[in-house]
Amino acid sequence: MYSYSQFDKDFVQTRVDQFRAQVERRIDGSLTEEEFRPLRLMNGLYLQLHAYMLRVAIPYGTLNSAKMRQLAMIADKFDKGYGHFTTRQNIQYNWPKLNEVPDILQALADVEMHAIQTSGNCVRNVTADHFAGAAADEIEDPRPTAELLRQWSTDHPEFAFLGRKFKIAITGSPNDRAVTKAHDIGLRMVRNDAGEPGFEVIVGGGLGRTPMIGKVLREFLPREDLLPYVESILQVYNILGRRDNKYKARIKITVHENGIEKIRELVEERFVLQRAAFGEFNHALFNDIEAAFAPPPYISASTDAFEAAKSSDPAFRSFVDTNLSAHKNDEYAIVSISIKKQGDTPGDATSEQMRVMADLAQKFGHDELRISHEQNVILPHVHKSHLHEVYKTLQAVGLGTANIGLISDIIACPGMDYCALATARSIPVAQEIATRFDELKLEHEIGALKIKISGCINACGHHHVGHIGILGLDRAGVENYQITLGGDGTETAAIGERAGPGFSADELLPAIERLIYGYLEIRADEHETFLQTYQRLGAEPFKAALYPETKIAAE
Amino acid sequence: MARPFKPKVLTANRLIEGDVVYYAANGEWVSAHENAMFIEDEAEANDLLAQANAQSYLLVGPYLADAVLERGKPVPTHFREAFRTRGPSNYDHGKQAEA
Repeated sequence: MYSYSQFDKDFVQTRVDQFRAQVERRIDGSLTEEEFRPLRLMNGLYLQLHAYMLRVAIPYGTLNSAKMRQLAMIADKFDKGYGHFTTRQNIQYNWPKLNEVPDILQALADVEMHAIQTSGNCVRNVTADHFAGAAADEIEDPRPTAELLRQWSTDHPEFAFLGRKFKIAITGSPNDRAVTKAHDIGLRMVRNDAGEPGFEVIVGGGLGRTPMIGKVLREFLPREDLLPYVESILQVYNILGRRDNKYKARIKITVHENGIEKIRELVEERFVLQRAAFGEFNHALFNDIEAAFAPPPYISASTDAFEAAKSSDPAFRSFVDTNLSAHKNDEYAIVSISIKKQGDTPGDATSEQMRVMADLAQKFGHDELRISHEQNVILPHVHKSHLHEVYKTLQAVGLGTANIGLISDIIACPGMDYCALATARSIPVAQEIATRFDELKLEHEIGALKIKISGCINACGHHHVGHIGILGLDRAGVENYQITLGGDGTETAAIGERAGPGFSADELLPAIERLIYGYLEIRADEHETFLQTYQRLGAEPFKAALYPETKIAAE
Repeated sequence: MARPFKPKVLTANRLIEGDVVYYAANGEWVSAHENAMFIEDEAEANDLLAQANAQSYLLVGPYLADAVLERGKPVPTHFREAFRTRGPSNYDHGKQAEA
């Protein structure tokens, strides 16, 4: 775990003190809302439908037990006893009071956390593969690079007022769990012919109202060149990016309108200057950062008890089958804790659950936790001999749901239950789908399936890259849900295709049921996933299942 | 031709708590939509909105929202405004907790 330098500490503390004074001035009337709004947004404080919302950064999704306990404390003391984990590896509090926000920021600063750059047209919290540092398929842990980017981008004066927000995601694995192709910049670690690790640089991806899959700007970038190269991209975007139209201001539009070749030419031109300006790569600094992310002191012990528990406890067996992923150390596993118990709100954890996860991390997980963009919590390093106890402890507080990657492991944005931008609700839709398929006991038979729900066109719920995407809209004053099919958020990223006319809130669940039953009928065998069947057969049979009346009319 | 004025209520969020509030006929800001002043005159609506905008020390983001009268009480016409009268649908953490 990276620990703040004195510089980091001073910077964050200064910001807390500044914001405290700004809040005081807002409350005593010396600042109007117009004056205050940009100041609060710089500190992650939004005004939502029913209350303020504070968005707290969890850099590259990594935290330890002390941080998690502090998040729980904040939930209890300043909120309503829970927090909402988001698709950007942040946590949001839905009920803070304006006069208490400075105290919350202080509590965060006390454990080296903050809410800076979680809003506004700046470089946002850098997100990373939630299995970073643990995954069996990883080339190298991408988090030292993510931390380097965090240091570079934090309060970067040139990029504090970009044309629009800017999101960077990074992965060290060929299997992309960080959705790098749907970010302004995606960085995928690759090796060159000499076997040295570097980055494939992807630019211009994004979801929202104009979804785009990112394009490769540079096939191999040595790590030493990363900061001058990324800075060159930002400079080109800052100059070329449109400021006349908010909806055309993201870099994906800049890339689309100018063409990747032109962008590449400009970036490479800038890069020559930037590399000279940056000078020699500071190996000592990077080595220090890298040391902070050194692998934990793994233990070695018998895993017989784990094998025995798998045979004797069928519920545990099911958890093992769905919620564990391969660790680079054979004796270890990566545990995905589902924050998606059927019927509950996706991504919401109570303070008690946070404390239990913190305790487990401390006792059995080398004090590490991760937040995934899929709104789950990860224990990245658990020795197999401890898994059964970890499972039983999770189970006791409603965190033992064995559904990772299944139909009820749904991404859902807060939607119109909280968000001021939303056009429809998402949470009740997720709750209904998850509950229904749990009742039908079909979840495991259906297998790998990603449903992603957004309550508006901005696509925080990543619906474009859901195997089934659901977009909530306001159609003439009524909630209406559009379905997209065949989206993919991995290294084979694809934007889902709109299936047809939308469904009312009442029609949606039956439509999803028809779609799923339709898939079960046409799949080649039980191993062919929903997405594979879609890729093999195309949209038509799925549309026929969704819109049976159209089929009848055509016959 | 100007579009006919649709009746409104005046709403905002409280500065400190962020709670949804409505302007009542007695000049108070209240939490129940049914106690909001039903504003049928466009000029009056705009006047009240301007006054609310001047109460920046108390309120955030005042605006006029469409409403209709049902059994003598104002009722929202759009589902977004209906959600604001009670709170989120996943928990009783909004105003529904007070009811």
